[in-house]
Formats: sequence, structure tokens, C-alpha cells
Amino acid sequence: VTEDQPDAVPSGEGWRRLHPLSPVARVGRLVPALAFLFLVSTVHSKAENSTAETDYLVVITLVSALYGYIHWMVTRWRFEGDTLRIETGLIRKDSRRLPLARVQAVDIVRPLLARMLGVSELRVRLAGSGSTDGRLAYLADAEAAELRLVLLAGHHESDLALSSNTGLPMASVTPGRLLGSVLLSLVSIILIGSVVSLAVLDEFEPRTAGTVAGFLAVYLLSFAGVVWRRLAGQYGFIAVEGPEGVRIRRGLLQTISETVPYGRIQAVRQVEPLLWRPFGWCRLEVDVAGSTARNQRGEGTSVVRKALLPVGSQQDSWHLLARLLGAPDPERTPPPRRARLKAPLSFHFLSAGHDDTHAVCVTGRINRATTWVPLEKSQSIRRVQGPLQRPLGLATVHVDVAGKRTRAEFRDREVAEADLLVERLSELGRLARTRGRPSPAASTSNGRLAPSGWYPDPSGRHERRYWHDGHWTEHVADRGRRSAEAATPAR
Amino acid sequence: MRRAEVAAFTVVGSALFGLIFLAALGAPAALAALAVVLTVGAALSWFVRRRYRAWRYLERNEDLIVARGVMVQRLSVVPYGRMQFVELTAGPIERLFQLSTVKLHTAAAASDARIPGLERAEAARLRDRLTELGESMAAGM
Repeated sequence: VTEDQPDAVPSGEGWRRLHPLSPVARVGRLVPALAFLFLVSTVHSKAENSTAETDYLVVITLVSALYGYIHWMVTRWRFEGDTLRIETGLIRKDSRRLPLARVQAVDIVRPLLARMLGVSELRVRLAGSGSTDGRLAYLADAEAAELRLVLLAGHHESDLALSSNTGLPMASVTPGRLLGSVLLSLVSIILIGSVVSLAVLDEFEPRTAGTVAGFLAVYLLSFAGVVWRRLAGQYGFIAVEGPEGVRIRRGLLQTISETVPYGRIQAVRQVEPLLWRPFGWCRLEVDVAGSTARNQRGEGTSVVRKALLPVGSQQDSWHLLARLLGAPDPERTPPPRRARLKAPLSFHFLSAGHDDTHAVCVTGRINRATTWVPLEKSQSIRRVQGPLQRPLGLATVHVDVAGKRTRAEFRDREVAEADLLVERLSELGRLARTRGRPSPAASTSNGRLAPSGWYPDPSGRHERRYWHDGHWTEHVADRGRRSAEAATPAR
Repeated sequence: MRRAEVAAFTVVGSALFGLIFLAALGAPAALAALAVVLTVGAALSWFVRRRYRAWRYLERNEDLIVARGVMVQRLSVVPYGRMQFVELTAGPIERLFQLSTVKLHTAAAASDARIPGLERAEAARLRDRLTELGESMAAGM
């Protein structure tokens, strides 16, 4: 994407600049650091009984303002056909071309100061990288929103109507419920508990309380930070149904907009913590594959876990699940009773089941976690039998999906059932994968070219046929053996 | 292959210990040390043998099955289409015995399977076959 040859295309018309206030908003990023430095130097000078030397703060601010101004001067962007081109850099030129067809997600980030100035930062992620590939900091709010639509639509002229911003709201979180859910989390309880007990201790043994407080200060502060991040990060959460995925907007001081594309969901997890259960609340998380690249060292895949619903009722959760996975609700069965001997603490939650397309498993000791995995996304099926399970005649079957953390676990099933599951699940996965690959010719209709690769043969004579550069080739494959046979005439 | 490794270690180890103890404490201590090393070696080779026997693989039409483990028995079914890349490695001891290890990588961290101790020719054949199958059955994420 990045090219090191500036001005390969003669600089013509259509270049646009960032918002004139962006240098100011950029300096705004430094405000917390500057405030901290100011605080430190003030405290220091008080201790030393001298006047505070804060000149260097002014210098830092000025230098960064100057840098921001130069950055603004040299940054420009425009559309060149189907690519967005961003040029920046004074000494080391950086020119990026972002093909619209490969745009995977566009996030809008608005820090506090930027929000006060009415500007937003636009971050573009391409398929195949997982990290931010292009950023425009900052654009006017309206311009950023419009550009986001244009980028997501794939073409900067057509399809605008398709991705209008007025989707159906799917779920939202009221501030009261968010506050309640954060207060009822383990971190908050530890935090509040220790502060209260410190206060009580202070009444009777002030000196001990002081020592303990000094000892615990670092931990308490970091806990408070976690609580704060949860509150501020998920404040005003709203999920809206969009054509390409679920759009999420959240944040108190910094607003974040992100998109969870429907087709890239590897697994969905619903967690019901013990303390939330009286209120019927739950949390919904999704694992989303960040890239399609299959590179040789296997680093191509990055899977991110995103909160799809920080807190909500079972109904909210079910509603979202219905939209994302089509509400799979296969019958779940608990493991045999003797599994209690092997898993005494989690037996009460254990159950699992599957239908033709999805596997559903419930696990957990204190918090109940339900995991849905589309079998189409399964990477491998594993059967594991430990030394405790063998005498009991039990085995666990895992359905692994991309990423490190999530998998569906059919825990402690009968050995015979486990063996059957391994066969059934791998067969169903194979069927789902073949079904899940529509003909690439269909996907060209919306203006994007399907990537080259092996797809089910449209003629039906062979298992797969190679699709390249917008047409079918003569290369075919059956059970892994390649041969050649002319493609059917173009349709 | 592991049996050969253990045997080699045992012989070298016992010779080494024997020499050290002979130099330091005289003949009786050296003999005792020798016996201990030989016993440990025998026990180890028994474990390793069971481990070796438990390790097996099966190529099927659509997927590869790898089973291993004595205490914890594991069996993985990896579809060819899900393999991201296949790796062939050979450590110094494996090279000594003309052996190689084939490793399969998928996008899921948990499902990575490996087959150690294959004859070189067989390992190369397996790698080529898996790569070819993987390419022609590749499915997107």
C-alpha cells in the first residue's frame, strides 16, 4: 500500500486538505502529558522551596504546534479513480494509495478537544493488514461522516444510498445500566471494599492505615483506572444495523465508531457474571477476523475480540445474535452425571449441542459463558481425553476457530458421543465451507472483483475451479488432484 | 526415533558419570552411579516408547488426523483447506538419524498439529501433498 515514490502521478486537481484546526487538535493530544509534567514540576518546586520552572512546557507546546502546522501544510488527500490517496511528510515523504475495494473498516475517533472543535479523525483499515493503514487527522465532523460513507460504499459515486447512516438501532445501553453493571463487577467491588476497609482502619489505627494505603496505592489506582476506562469507553453505547455489518458507536470523552462485518465473525460469546444474574444482564463479545491474507509465515490472521454489547438484557442479546448468526438455537444436552466427579465446580453450567451450521457450548464456574461457533469457520476439531476422564469414560471435543482465545468446548461427553461428534462436526464443517463459498461471479455485481482462488466449479463437473482476474480459468481440482479442462463459455 | 535418542543419551551419560565418579570417589561410587543412570535411561526409554507408539496420523480425503499422547490423549482433525502453511524442521539429533518433523499451522492457535520423527523422504512427501491439498481446498476466513 505504501509507496516511496512521491508525485508519481502529476499533481493535478482535486487535492483536499485537512481541517485548518487540526494542528490545535493535535496539540490537544499532549494535554494530559503536559498537565502531568506541570503537576510534577509544581510539586517538586514546592518541596525545594523555589519557583516552578515551567518554561520548557511552553517550548514543548510551541514545538508541537509548529510540527502540527507543518504536518497540516504538507498533508493532502484526493480520490484517484477507485483509490484514496493520502500524501504527507515534509522530509520523508509518505504517499499511500488505499484501494476502495479493499477497505475493510472505517473508524471515526474523536478525542475530547477535537470534539470541542468539531473535528474528527478518520482511520481506514484495509483487508489483509488488521492495523490502521491510513489516517486523516482531522476533518470536519460532517466531512468525516460523508467520507466514511463513501469509503464503505466501495465507490465514491455510486451506492451512496445503500449505506445511508440511518440503520435500525439494534441495542443501546443507558448510562444507569452501564454504571450498575460496572459497579457490580469484581474490580469495582475490590476497589470499593478496600477503600471502605481502609477508611474503617483509619478510625482505629491511623498509622497502620497510612502504611497499608501507601502500599496499596498503586494497585488501587490501576483498579480505578480500569473502572474508569470501562465507564468512559462504553458510555453511550449504541449498535446500529448497517448493510455491511453492525455499526457501533461508544465513548464518553473519546467517541469511537467501529463496524463488525457480518461475514468475518468467528465466534460469539455471551457472558453472564454471577452478580448480574439477578438483573438478567449479560455481555456479548464477538471475535472478528482482521484479515484475509494467508501469508507464508501465518502472521496474516489477526483476530480481535470486540464488545458487541457491554451490558444488556437477554432479549437485546438474542436480538443481536439473531441478526449476526441467524439465532441458532440447537438443543443442548448436559454431560452425563458422572462428569460431576471430574468437574465439580462447573458441572452445573455444562451443556452443549449443535445443529447443521452452528455449535453452542455453555461453560463456566462462576460466570456462565455461552459460545456460538459457526461450523463454517471451524479450523480444526480436537478430541482430548485426560487421565481423570479416562476411568470415567469421558472426553472433551473442541471446535477451534481462528484466534487464541475462543473455542467451543463440548466438555466431558460420553466417549462414544465424543467420537461421533468428531466425525459429525468435521463433516458438517466441510459441508458448511463448501456452501459458504458463493460463486465469485456473483460478488462482481457490486463492483468488487472477487480475489483469485479456488472456488466451487460453476459447471459442476469438478469440485473446484480456479478463478483469476474476473474470469474462470481451465484449472480444475478434484480431491486435491489438479487437471485442466476448458471453462464453460462466459455467462 | 526417540528410542534411539534416549539410548544415545544413556550411553553417553553413563560413560560421563562413570568417569567423573571414578576420578572423584573411586570404583564403588562409579558403579553405583552407572547403575542409577542405566535405570533412569531404561525407565525413560519405556515412557518414550509408549509416547512414540501413541503418535500416529491418517490422511483422509478432506482432512488429516493426528493422534498423540499417553496420559492425555489428543486427536486433531485438521481439514486440508484450513492449513495456512506446512513446516518441515529437523533438529541436530533428528538430522543425525535422518529424520524430520512436519508441523501444520492453521489460523487457530490451539489446532497446530505436528508429526515428529518421520523418515526424510516421507516427511517431504507429506509436506508436498499437504501443501498441494491445502492450496486446492483453501477456504477463506
